[in-house]
Amino acid sequence: MFNLKTTFNPKTAFNQRNLLTGIVTAVGLTLAAGPLSAQEGLSDDKVRIGVLSDMSGVYKSLEGPGAVIAAEMAIEDFGGKVLDKPIDIISADHQNKPDIGASTAREWIDAEQVDMITALDNSAVALAVQGLASDKKIITMDTGAGTTALTEEQCTPYGIHYVYDTHALPVGTATAMVKNGGEKWFFITADYAFGHSLQQNTSDVVKELGGEVVGNVNAPLGTNDFSSYLLQAQSSGADVIGLANAGQDTVNAIKQANQFRIVQSGQKLAGMLVFITDVQSMGLDIAQGLQFTTAFVWNQDDEKEKWSRRFFDRHGAMPTMVQAGVYSAVTNYLKAIDAIGTDDSDAVRKQLGEMKLNDMFVKDGEILANGLMLHDMYLVEAKKPGESSEEWDLLRVVSKIPAEDAYIPLSESKCELVNK
Amino acid sequence: MAQALLGLNVGVFYAMLSLGLAVIFGLLNIINFAHGAMYMLGAFVALIGYTMLDDWFGISLQIGFWASLIVVPAFVGLLGIVIERTMLKRLYELDHIYGLLLTFGITLILQGLFSNYFNVSGTPYPGQPEILAGVLNLGFMYFPTYRLFAIVFSLVVCFATWYVIEHTRLGSRLRAGVENSPLTQAFGLNVPLMITLTFGFGCALAGLAGVLAAPIYSVSPLMGADLIIVVFAVVVIGGMGSIMGAILSGLALGMVEGLTKVIYPPAASTVIFFLMVLVLLFRPAGLFGKEK
Repeated sequence: MFNLKTTFNPKTAFNQRNLLTGIVTAVGLTLAAGPLSAQEGLSDDKVRIGVLSDMSGVYKSLEGPGAVIAAEMAIEDFGGKVLDKPIDIISADHQNKPDIGASTAREWIDAEQVDMITALDNSAVALAVQGLASDKKIITMDTGAGTTALTEEQCTPYGIHYVYDTHALPVGTATAMVKNGGEKWFFITADYAFGHSLQQNTSDVVKELGGEVVGNVNAPLGTNDFSSYLLQAQSSGADVIGLANAGQDTVNAIKQANQFRIVQSGQKLAGMLVFITDVQSMGLDIAQGLQFTTAFVWNQDDEKEKWSRRFFDRHGAMPTMVQAGVYSAVTNYLKAIDAIGTDDSDAVRKQLGEMKLNDMFVKDGEILANGLMLHDMYLVEAKKPGESSEEWDLLRVVSKIPAEDAYIPLSESKCELVNK
Repeated sequence: MAQALLGLNVGVFYAMLSLGLAVIFGLLNIINFAHGAMYMLGAFVALIGYTMLDDWFGISLQIGFWASLIVVPAFVGLLGIVIERTMLKRLYELDHIYGLLLTFGITLILQGLFSNYFNVSGTPYPGQPEILAGVLNLGFMYFPTYRLFAIVFSLVVCFATWYVIEHTRLGSRLRAGVENSPLTQAFGLNVPLMITLTFGFGCALAGLAGVLAAPIYSVSPLMGADLIIVVFAVVVIGGMGSIMGAILSGLALGMVEGLTKVIYPPAASTVIFFLMVLVLLFRPAGLFGKEK
C-alpha cells in the first residue's frame, strides 16, 4: 500500500535538501573566500594591538603605561595605517594575576578582534597568555617577562620572546665581567629557588671561562640588613660580588654596599636583573659602579636618543628596555603585515621569522623557530655622579654581548618546534 | 669584632622597639601589635616630611633629619594617643587578645594604605645629614658614621627611658598606677591620663626607631611587618614587661643574629625563635621577667 508516511516525510526531505544546499554553499564559499582570507587583506578591516601589562603594581614603572605610549608611538611612526586600514590599540591591567591576564586576552581575541598582544611583564601571566593566544592563532610578542620557558619548554608556534630572558641576563653579565678581569666571584644569593638558579647559571659561566667562585652566602628572602653578608663578600677577596636576587633585596644590598664603601674600595657589584628605573630611584650616589645586562640604553646613539626624548616628553621618564622593546615589536609586526599584504597570523609569523629586524631598538635581530628574538645585549655600568650630565644620564656601555653568546643556541633548545 | 658591631647595629633597633613594647605591656597590659606599623610610619613620615610636603600639601617646608628626630616621634606618639583614646580604651576590661586583634587590624590597614601609594620595593630616604655621611676607620674595619651615630643615639634613648621609669618620681607614680589603679587615683593622680601618655610614648619610641632606620634601610610599607615578629620574640626572651630585659636582650639578640649570619647564614632569620623556644622551656617568664 501506498504509505505516505514512509515514502514522503516532509521533515526528512526538507532536512536532506537543506543539508545538500548547505554543503554546496559551504564548499562554494570556501573555494571563493578561502584564498582571500588566507593570503591577502585584513581579517576585519583594521589591525588592533593589545597591550597587556601591570598598570598598577610593582612592575608599573618598568613597563605599564609607558608600554602603551611606546605602542602608540610605533603606530604613529608607521603612519597610523597599514594596507590602508587603521591601526588601533587596546590596553588593560593584568594585575600580575595569570587568570586575569588570560581572561582579558580571551575577551580581546573573541570579542575585540585583537590581532597581536604585547608587553606581558610577569612570567606567570606571560605563559598563560601565550598558551591561550597560540591556541587561537594569535601572535604574542612578549617584551616584559623573563622566563626562558616561553621559548623553551612551553614554546608555541605564535609566541615570540622579544627583549631579554633569564639566560641572557646573568650569562651576559658574567661572561663580560670575567673577560674584563673579574675572575673571582662571591655571591649574595636570595635563599629560594629563583636565587639559587640564578647563582647556578652564573657560576657555570664563570667557571667555564676560567674564573672561580670563592664563596657564597644565602641571605634569607626579605633581609633588611645586608651589611654582614657584604663584609663577608668583602673579606673573601673576590673581584666581583654577584647579587643573585631581585627587587628590594637588590636595592637594599646595593644601598648598604655603598654605606660600607665596597665599590670605592675596588670590588665590583653585579646585579642580575636591574632596570634603568631602578637605578634612577636608587640614585647614582648609591648605584655607581653597579654592572648589569640590558638590551637598551636610551642615549647610546643618536637614533635611540632622539626616540627616547620623544618618549620622555610624553611619559616623564626615559624608556626602560622593555618599553623600547614594545615600540620595536609593534613596528616590526606592522612591517611584516605591510610586506605580505595580510594579517593572517601564520603568514605574519612566517614573515617575521624570515626578515631581519632593524629599527632604533635592534640591529639585525632575527626571530628563531622557537620564538626567541636573537639580538645583541649590552653590559652597562652605573656612572659616577660626576660623570652624569643630566637626570637620566645614568649608564655607560661597557661592552657589547653578541647575540650568540647571550642566548641559548637553537641547537640546544628544548622547544619541540625546533626539531621538526 | 666587625660582625659583632654590625650585630649591635641591628640590636639597637630591636632594643628600641622591644623597649616600647615592654613599656606598653608592662604598664598597660596591652600587646601592641601595631608597633611595627608605628615604626614603618615613623620612617614614612620622615620621608614625606623631607621630600613630599610641597608636592602633596603645598607646604614649602622641608623637615630635615634632625628636626625629624623630634617632629616624627611627636606625630606618631600623637597618633598612638588617638588610637588609645578612641579604641583601646574600650577594651581594657576584656581579655588581652582583643587588644592584640585590634592593633593587628590597625597594622593591616596602615600597611595596606602605604603599599597602595608607595610600591613595595622601597624608597630611599635622601635626608641623611652630610656630617654623618662619611666612613670611620675603626682599625679593624670601616664603619659608616651614620650607623655609629644610630647606635649611640639609640642606646642613650633606651637607658634614659629605663632611668625615668625605674629611678624617678614620675616613674614610680606610673608603676604605682599600674600596680593599684584605684588606690593611686585616691591619692589624686590622674591614672587614665598617665596610661594614655605612656601608650603615646611607646608609639613615639617606635616612630623614632623608624626615623633612625630610614637612612640605613629602604623605607618600605613592609619594613615593620618584617621586624615585629622578631621584636616580639625579643620581648618574650627578655621577659614580658621587663624594661631592662627588653633593652639587654634586644642588644644581645642583635649580636647573636649577626654572628649567625657569619657562622650559618640560612639560620640567621630563625636563630632568635630557636632561643625563644629554649627560654620558654626553661624560664617561662623570660630571662629578666618576674614569675607571677
